[in-house]
Amino acid sequence: MKVYIRSIANVSPQKTFNSSLFLNEFTEYSDNRLTCIEPDYNELIDLKLGRRMSRVIKMSVASAFACLKEAGITDPDAIVTATAYGCLEDTTVFLTNMVEQDEEPLAPTAFVQATHNTIGAQIALLLKCKGYNNTFVSGGASFENALVDAMMVLAEKESAKVLVGGMDEITDFSQVVLNRMGLYKRHPVSNFDLFKFNSKGTIGGEGSAFFLLTAASSENNFAAIDAVSTFYKPGNISETAQQISSFLNAQSIGSGDVDLLIAGNNGDTKNDEIYLELQKTVLKGIPFVNYKNLCGEYPTSTAFALWMGANIVKTNSIPATLNHNRTSKSKINKVLIYNHYQNIFHSLILISSC
Amino acid sequence: MSTAVFIAGAGVISGIGNNVAECLDRLVKGQTGIDTISYLETKHRGLLPVSEVKLSNDELAVLSGFSPKVNRTAMLSLIAAKEALDNAGIHDIPGLRMGFVSANTVGGMDKSERFFADFLTDQSKGRLRDIINHECGSITAIVAEKIGIRNHISTISTACSSSANAIMYGARLIKHNFLDAVIAGGTDAITKFTLNGFNTLMILDEQYCKPFDENRQGLNLGEGAGYVVLLSERAASLLKKNPICTLSGYCNANDAYHQTATSPEGEGPYMAMTGALTMGGFQVGDIGYINLHGTGTQNNDSSEAAAIKRLFNPVYPKMSSTKSFTGHTLGASAGIEAVFSALAAQQGLVYPNLRLKTPMTAFPFVPETVFSKDPGIRHVLSNSFGFGGNCSSLIFSKL
Repeated sequence: MKVYIRSIANVSPQKTFNSSLFLNEFTEYSDNRLTCIEPDYNELIDLKLGRRMSRVIKMSVASAFACLKEAGITDPDAIVTATAYGCLEDTTVFLTNMVEQDEEPLAPTAFVQATHNTIGAQIALLLKCKGYNNTFVSGGASFENALVDAMMVLAEKESAKVLVGGMDEITDFSQVVLNRMGLYKRHPVSNFDLFKFNSKGTIGGEGSAFFLLTAASSENNFAAIDAVSTFYKPGNISETAQQISSFLNAQSIGSGDVDLLIAGNNGDTKNDEIYLELQKTVLKGIPFVNYKNLCGEYPTSTAFALWMGANIVKTNSIPATLNHNRTSKSKINKVLIYNHYQNIFHSLILISSC
Repeated sequence: MSTAVFIAGAGVISGIGNNVAECLDRLVKGQTGIDTISYLETKHRGLLPVSEVKLSNDELAVLSGFSPKVNRTAMLSLIAAKEALDNAGIHDIPGLRMGFVSANTVGGMDKSERFFADFLTDQSKGRLRDIINHECGSITAIVAEKIGIRNHISTISTACSSSANAIMYGARLIKHNFLDAVIAGGTDAITKFTLNGFNTLMILDEQYCKPFDENRQGLNLGEGAGYVVLLSERAASLLKKNPICTLSGYCNANDAYHQTATSPEGEGPYMAMTGALTMGGFQVGDIGYINLHGTGTQNNDSSEAAAIKRLFNPVYPKMSSTKSFTGHTLGASAGIEAVFSALAAQQGLVYPNLRLKTPMTAFPFVPETVFSKDPGIRHVLSNSFGFGGNCSSLIFSKL
């Protein structure tokens, strides 16, 4: 079933929040770590409450509230959040205290806020929203699972207004640990140059993007979400191609009907080979753009990609900052977001103009 | 959209047994799994009782087939998920679109704690293999790989209601025709992180917990995993045996009152129970047994009781909290209790609420204190309420 994106708010390492301009400039980072440009929270969150919230909670509550405000809605029927890492900062604070104080009495705040559903819960609490509330922590498919859940809620109750968001944060500790695991490039690379070199590793990113979804179309919708699908650990590239072609078949379209591909290339040679291979077969000939040079790599980055795709469809334009190999089509009707996270979680999101 | 979702298999591991038969035996005999700490390495050993699975990591590795280097949460998950899958008898049904929807709250924290102790002294220290499966989603992923599910995997984490939401989500994936069969439930191991976390909140009973007792002092933590195998009507029709029962109602609501406390009048619990009844087309009198959330904390039990009174007064179904056996297994609790509730619906079982001496004075009902069988039970309600106001109720119905 089709659902409609009525409003979006996106806190990211680019100037995406509260901006009427769509990626008209490109913010550079040169240390393999893209950090969110945080909004002025005072306008969005009560000062006293904000002081107790960690960075990811603040970014998420701010983007959720801004999304609702843009839609002119104060009472969503359902809140669905997605985060692979959860509230990492609070988790590390409590862990550190526990280790350093050798299990002597500790303050409970960080423990309470380390719970993965804290963000969904805080939004519900602040809105007094007693409806459906769920949190997905499914690694690189978390956001897609949340979208599927939101779409099912809308199929079950057509009048519903569903708030769905994806968020993950980088902390000083997580950057060090993920670096040690070999996720990031060995030498600092500017995000401007992410796709210039053939080398191992990517750059770290973070963000929080919220979407207000409805089953009914309305005048100012950004785009429609036609379908979302995920698959896990495909055996080989032909199985991946098969999954993508079944997905397109199920939507009764072929690759020629897709006007733009938003691809999850992240600058790691081995990671990006998969996109390259698929662009020789099932995704052949589709004009494409990348997005991880803007937001970095993180498990819920497709929330950023969906924000980008929805804006491209709505404005019928691809910002020059995306350095796009021009599409000949005058109207961008269908955009396919294909991402894989470490070749473990693969996902497909198809959006279309309204 | 098809309506019926069947439960064809069940698997469980908890402080009272390593499989369904062992757990059921202890429930019937009224033998708790709560004891002094004997596996978790913590300063609270001997001070705080818990309900541990009575196996070391090495023993769990043998039972699960995982390497002992893998975290405890995943090993518990694999043991119970495999039992559920085997029990379902769906191996020979061809072409089933299978999913695995598993909840947890701690991920691989038992190993992360070890990593962190070294890492804090020097950021180049700590074995990476101890942190590689830290994320909640990793637990589901590595277990899915072991049981060979690639079609759809999801992980849900909504604190203590996590696995109720996993079961709901699994059922909805079937109803919306995305999948034919889903192994749904959850897992959680006891870790120092959670034990110290709950201890700082001062809601742990230093004695064995007494759910729904006037003099209750808090909860005891537990660990384990519990899964049911959900099937579509079409898949169930291909089974060579009878399914266990149906999942006939469910509802998720938010109390929106406080991050860690439920509202005194139990608004969220009331909404979850009412929503589940409405969905199944049930009257309150249809419910024969309630498997309570019943943690043993002052706050939970009084707000759950208030919601029950508001909904059921003046005629109350039988009820009990099996957390008096298993402890509060957090993200696994609704999965473990779904297994107990499904069997209760199938066989008309009423489990005892252990250690209940003085019933809560503010409420006109008393949980069952001895095991009994009641063939008249047709519908069983299972409650799960968590931090962040997440409240979910499930209803299991006899075939």
